[in-house]
Amino acid sequence: MSATTTNPRHSTGGTPVPPARKRNSLAKGKLPKWAIWAVAAGAIIIGAAASTLTGFNIAAFAIYSAIIFLVAATIITTVVEGKRRGTNAMWTYLIYACFIVALIPLASVLYTVLEKGLPGINSHFLFSSMNGVTGAVDNQSVNDGAPVVGGAYHAVMGTLLITLWATLISVPVGMLTAVYLVEYGQGKTLSKAITFFVDVMTGIPSIVAGLFAAAFFGMILGPSARMGIVAAVALSVLMIPTVVRSTEEMLKIVPNELREASYALGVRRWRTILKVVVPTAISGIASGVTLAIARVIGETAPILVTAGIASQINMNVFANWMSTLPTFIYYQIMNPTSPTNVDPSVQRAWAAALLLILMVMALNLIARLVASIFAPKKGR
Amino acid sequence: MTTNALTSKSSTSGRMGDKIFSGAALAAGILILVTLFAVAVFLLIQALPTFFADPAEVSGGQGFFTYIWPIVVGTVIAAAIALLIATPVGLGVALFISHFAPRKVAGPLGYVIDLLAAIPSVIYGAWGYMVLAPTLVPGFEWLSKNLGFIPLFEGPASQTGKTMLTAGIVLAVMVLPIITSLSREIFLQTPKLHEEAALALGATRWEMIKTAVIPFARPGIISAVMLGLGRALGETMAVALVLSTGNLIPSLIKTGNQTIAAEIALNFPEAFGLRLSELIAAGLVLFLITLLVNIIARGIISRHKEFSGAN
Repeated sequence: MSATTTNPRHSTGGTPVPPARKRNSLAKGKLPKWAIWAVAAGAIIIGAAASTLTGFNIAAFAIYSAIIFLVAATIITTVVEGKRRGTNAMWTYLIYACFIVALIPLASVLYTVLEKGLPGINSHFLFSSMNGVTGAVDNQSVNDGAPVVGGAYHAVMGTLLITLWATLISVPVGMLTAVYLVEYGQGKTLSKAITFFVDVMTGIPSIVAGLFAAAFFGMILGPSARMGIVAAVALSVLMIPTVVRSTEEMLKIVPNELREASYALGVRRWRTILKVVVPTAISGIASGVTLAIARVIGETAPILVTAGIASQINMNVFANWMSTLPTFIYYQIMNPTSPTNVDPSVQRAWAAALLLILMVMALNLIARLVASIFAPKKGR
Repeated sequence: MTTNALTSKSSTSGRMGDKIFSGAALAAGILILVTLFAVAVFLLIQALPTFFADPAEVSGGQGFFTYIWPIVVGTVIAAAIALLIATPVGLGVALFISHFAPRKVAGPLGYVIDLLAAIPSVIYGAWGYMVLAPTLVPGFEWLSKNLGFIPLFEGPASQTGKTMLTAGIVLAVMVLPIITSLSREIFLQTPKLHEEAALALGATRWEMIKTAVIPFARPGIISAVMLGLGRALGETMAVALVLSTGNLIPSLIKTGNQTIAAEIALNFPEAFGLRLSELIAAGLVLFLITLLVNIIARGIISRHKEFSGAN
């Protein structure tokens, strides 16, 4: 390839390429590079001036500057380079703007969680529950300046236990389903139906999954059956489709030669799957499962309707109400422990939010690492 | 098959293993279908009393339809605001990552956007409640002062900022990563030859995107938006925390309106008897709406499977 496309100027003779002229005819009618920066600087200055007219604030300043820049840059490019390039410039800047706009909430959320959550993180918060913490206690800590008491230990434990049970339910079901889809059900109507409904299940609203589990156990155990395992069932309804999809993708990229080699040695199909196919894909499956856990660990709505809310430590998922970190955050904000002094509750909520985000980020990171370190070699 | 000692031994144990394993795999697959079916059936059974109850006993006193209608409309309004904001921004971000950002930073940027999707919804809700709502109050006041003649922005604006518009914006932030990651995948799958052909004909980058990328990706974009819609319709916590609820009103910047998911989350913990059944019926309605949206979206994707990267 490279041999046929070498620059003809090099191949025809030994004469060096003449240095490029400063402004040749091709570069004519093009805006010099500094012009856009000049327009940006002008837009910022005019934007600042315009925003002071209407009472200065950062948002107005940014919006005015952006609009002025967009209009000015479009007009200047249109005048100098023509209408088509003007349109191109306008869309380019709009798309850059979209990206910046999308980053603002992310930055704001992360900053808020860090800023408000860090002061509340201490060993007391991590290792004690809300048992015995009443409005009077919070009032006292606000009035006397005593440290905020009460923590999220029960909620952390609840989160871990419920997520663990959800994982125990959904990983076998999800993986077996994926094995069926890839190894046994190729082209069958049933497997098409399963694929379709797994896709549909991905879109079930989390609250509906919670209602289903509540309704199901409510019919068996009586209408007020709320405990950890009900929540775990609700979460597995949300988790199974994710596990199926990721496992399926991973099993599909296991090269067929491996299977055929195994069959040729007389190994049974189930042993081939267990000893050859699944181990080859295990890193991808593990990272998919980790991502699925990360997805359900932050679910609030299904827990709210299935596990209730508790203020003391409950390690038994088969009896009594349980709290998880998301419901803990929700209730600390919606129903502060002390309605007159909400600050301690808010502080606990943000500390729990920070904890939850750290958990989710750690899971995401682990998934990425697992996937990249043990990445299977692709078939082609 | 010849029967000597060796093969018969291995085939009896092996055949059993094969049968058990394939049976287990099949059972797991069927379990999923049964679960989905059970979701519908159990919700229906538990919801039935509401449909046959005396209309006067249902919340609002005029039967289930009068009860559910305003919150269905509220759900649709919230989702519509979310999509109106998230679709253009999400597609812009996807285009930025696939066609504008330098190759080296495009990957990490995609990861940053995926982080947005990883943040739990209750944290978005808390952020909307404590940070976004107070920040938006001046904006709402400006809207009611200058655009108050439009019913959507009729004043007086809420002083807490906990309105439908705030909830819609929080929802937009939450569906943005879905739209972005799905459409980014599809933009990246545009045949390189189409793009290069457009550029070779002298098209600018935007003209190349308009003539080669967008037509190719259109079904994918539609389904990405539909999937975002499904998420926005079913999202609970953001609305439950951010919106201060009330009757159905046209103004987006006043206290009022309600969505199905938030209605369930706010009332379920204290509900019993007919009220419980009402909430489950509301959940059933939500389930059917999102099911419809998702089936349409998946249908579009699978019809264009050969192009789309969403699968």
